[in-house]
Amino acid sequence: MTTSAETVGKKFNIDTVENAAKTPDTELPWAELGLKQNEFDEVVKVLGRRPTGAELAMYSVMWSEHCSYKSSKNHLRQFGEKVTEEMKKDMLVGIGENAGVTNLGDGWAVTFKIESHNSPSFVEPYQGAATGIGGIVRDIISMGARPVAVMDPLRFGAIDHPDTARVMHGAVAGIGGYGNSLGLPNIGGEMVFDSVYQGNPLVNALAVGVMRHEDIRLANASGKGNKVVLFGARTGGDGIGGASVLASESFDDTKPSKRPAVQVGDPFAEKVLIECCLELFKGSLVEGIQDLGAAGISCATSELASNGDGGMQVELTSVLLRDPTLTPGEILMSESQERMMAVVTPENIAAFEAVMDKWAVEYSWLGEVTDTGRLIITWEGEVIVDVDPRTVAHDGPVYDRPFARPSWQDSVQADTFTGSVQDAGRPSTSGELAAAVTELIASPNMCSKAWITKQYDRYVGGNTAMAFPDDAGVVRVDEETGLGVALATDANGRYTYLDPYHGAQLALAEAYRNVATSGAVPMAVSDCLNFGSPEDPDVMWQLAESIRGLSDACMELGVPVTGGNVSLYNQTGTVPIHPSPVVAVLGKLDDVARRTPSGWKEDGQAIYLLGTTAAELDGSEWSNLRGHLGGLPPKVDLSIERQLGEILINASRDGMIDAAHDLSEGGLAAALVESALRYGVGARIALDELMERDGVDLFTALFSESQGRAIVSVPRSEEIRFKDMCTARGFAHLRIGVVDAAGGKLEINGVDELSLDALNEAHEATLPKYFG
Amino acid sequence: MTELPLIGGAPVAVEPRLVGAKIGVVTFPGTLDDRDAARAVRLAGGTAVALWHADTHLADVDAVVIPGGFSYGDYLRAGAISRFAPLMSRIIDAANSDAKLPVLGICNGFQILTESHLLPGSMIKNDHLKFLCRDQVLRVENNNTLWTSDYEAGEEITVPLKNQDGQYIADDKTLDALEAEGRVVFRYVGWNPNGSRRDIAGISNAAGNVVGLMPHPEHAVEPGFGPESNAGTDGLGFFTSVLNKIVGGAQ
Repeated sequence: MTTSAETVGKKFNIDTVENAAKTPDTELPWAELGLKQNEFDEVVKVLGRRPTGAELAMYSVMWSEHCSYKSSKNHLRQFGEKVTEEMKKDMLVGIGENAGVTNLGDGWAVTFKIESHNSPSFVEPYQGAATGIGGIVRDIISMGARPVAVMDPLRFGAIDHPDTARVMHGAVAGIGGYGNSLGLPNIGGEMVFDSVYQGNPLVNALAVGVMRHEDIRLANASGKGNKVVLFGARTGGDGIGGASVLASESFDDTKPSKRPAVQVGDPFAEKVLIECCLELFKGSLVEGIQDLGAAGISCATSELASNGDGGMQVELTSVLLRDPTLTPGEILMSESQERMMAVVTPENIAAFEAVMDKWAVEYSWLGEVTDTGRLIITWEGEVIVDVDPRTVAHDGPVYDRPFARPSWQDSVQADTFTGSVQDAGRPSTSGELAAAVTELIASPNMCSKAWITKQYDRYVGGNTAMAFPDDAGVVRVDEETGLGVALATDANGRYTYLDPYHGAQLALAEAYRNVATSGAVPMAVSDCLNFGSPEDPDVMWQLAESIRGLSDACMELGVPVTGGNVSLYNQTGTVPIHPSPVVAVLGKLDDVARRTPSGWKEDGQAIYLLGTTAAELDGSEWSNLRGHLGGLPPKVDLSIERQLGEILINASRDGMIDAAHDLSEGGLAAALVESALRYGVGARIALDELMERDGVDLFTALFSESQGRAIVSVPRSEEIRFKDMCTARGFAHLRIGVVDAAGGKLEINGVDELSLDALNEAHEATLPKYFG
Repeated sequence: MTELPLIGGAPVAVEPRLVGAKIGVVTFPGTLDDRDAARAVRLAGGTAVALWHADTHLADVDAVVIPGGFSYGDYLRAGAISRFAPLMSRIIDAANSDAKLPVLGICNGFQILTESHLLPGSMIKNDHLKFLCRDQVLRVENNNTLWTSDYEAGEEITVPLKNQDGQYIADDKTLDALEAEGRVVFRYVGWNPNGSRRDIAGISNAAGNVVGLMPHPEHAVEPGFGPESNAGTDGLGFFTSVLNKIVGGAQ
């Protein structure tokens, strides 16, 4: 390149479009940038010539798996197809925008989305996790919403592996350090330890925002002559990664040699950006807006242009730089954080600049919207990019990756826990069962997450009605009416490994159940699909089955997917993570004062178990504790989940229950202990009738992970009404005990007495033991 | 002046006689709890007035709350940059004047008050080096300040604590003087969450019109949205104290 290209400017050897047309045989580093031969050939075909260095940078990053969804797109279509008119009723903005928007009523709308920041969080846990929060929050702002809360589902390697502490400390501190500085309450999440995530921790982040209907903004650049502006932080060399191979553009050897592959976050800049954007929205000062995340300016210009009138002209030397040695390709690919791009009418320029000045936010006018259908990027007036923006943003390659049911799936499914070597010595005496309950609730996945959650601000904003460790996070939206939203995220990689189709459905079922348990009506879904390499047919089958299962279940439960993210290549060598579709469900509460907490409070209230229990221990936390993974996950019955949800929601609305807790990982044993420890109020429990009705033994009653179940506490005055409601709906319900506020213990017939102090100590000690 | 864009409408004032009292809530770049402080003022019955750090006048407010957050990202010392805001000069003058403007600094606001030398001492990183969010029990050691008169002396209250740089330090001479003059207003009870000297959670100036503390009374003003103990409204007394003083003084 250096020998043949024209020299423009002082520092760079600029590869112009004109030059590219004249030098068709120049070797380009497309392979180093991650493009395949067929993809590069396609770029040449689209352009009718070889791409310039800058164009190659744009296509390579926008056609990457991360930005183009090329391996999953054919499957993801099902989320848009398996939708009824009823499900569309409240969907104001669907998949494809920065985040979906759902109607909450009273003129309110809510937007939420979950995304991954897995690989950066392994390389540099603090900044990886911090910028994960930053990125998802900017997606929410881009829709015109005020962000109101965040959540963080986390999956790490084995709790006792020496590297796990590095990732855990860094990721938790990063989420806290960034999120706490934004003034966004952290209202929940997940924490799972499993050696399958050792080299591939999953750091997912969810953000939710609210707005009035009229404030919804979209990412499009319309109106010829409107100005394009970049504002927020300056553009630096962070997150460029592969673009360094384009360094041949440069013949200035004084430039920094090492560029951080992971972006570095500045939460103060983001907080100011939030307030600044909200002020822009309030004054209707922007026509379209897009955050800069992956693929930076490449993504923002091509998406804004192709979603609008189709043309844009941009002068790249107008971009404010943190590092003046950046080449055009690097500027286009930079993933510097805390940046936004907007389209502003000429009349609004002065008002726009006044808002920027008030918040001391830097900005630069890059160019304008055109009607040419071309995205033209110049460098000191020389054209270095001349493309149809659709070909960059939307017409990337789509692959029908081969997939097939793995040869090992049958033998894994045949290897049930019951009767296995690991099942030897199953607890049966009252002493053994008491020890088993204590062991379970002290285990890495079932222990108290307080070590994490106390590092997060859950109060800021003054609208947090419920947060961890309750089943769902609840945030008030309207202070006059009490209207609010509930959110929960769930996934079970072990279930999904055993059966991807049903495992994904189980994740949805649990998140749906958690939201309903809080008293909220489930309305919408966002998913973060974390999988291994799509080039492995086994993994591709897991992905295809999970998407098929999840989309079928969304249809059956009547909750549409409004957005999400796919994270592939989560594997070390040839060993992929467990397929981990993380499902977030959003629900609506007409009045958050009606929310249902998970803990018991009032002495003498009756405790009911809703749903039935079968011998379902495969994939369970108990089998995990014994080192077994095989068999089939618990059965999914979505009509049961729906009925259970309706009972929990009605009971909450009509004041029939004071507490509710869903049964999931760890089964009834975990739920009973958690409900007791929430406020330090115990209970007396007898499961004889349950064992007789469902034909299970005491161990199974306590540790089975059968779905569609919850425990509730019912005031005596409401007991008849509550039972009548369950009977009328034909839903299994059984009184299993009574709240005992004075005893300071959890008494279960057939199990040695469990003092709440001892349970609490066991539950709380685990994370501090490993992480200080 | 900036606006405090609240989500939803304002809760109804409980004490109509206090509505005339105006309490300014200052927003710096990076302030987080300004909406919460404004809500606390309203729930206590007063009128909240939004103040912007770059303002050069106090808009005739009767008192000022400097709320929590990470002003300027805490990238220098917490509060070290905000202390130079134009509005801070007005606040410092008014607090030291004969009128003795009541000023409450919460968390980052407390840090700004020490940086402004309205209050002695300083805050350093928590002794355990982590951000900590928890419901914290405090003892009201002095109920003779403008911000604590609605509490009983020795009363124990529970309000949220959430910070990373909450360890209060000062030299022994200063600490002895604070104790001798009754200027230790709040002490941590049960457990010292950050290593603060002598369990100090909050202090006042000599006149008792300026109070600063690390915990967040503005997050304990509404049942269901604060700590789970005592209805979660133990923080309301800060705001009713000053409002009652303002209204009483005007009568």
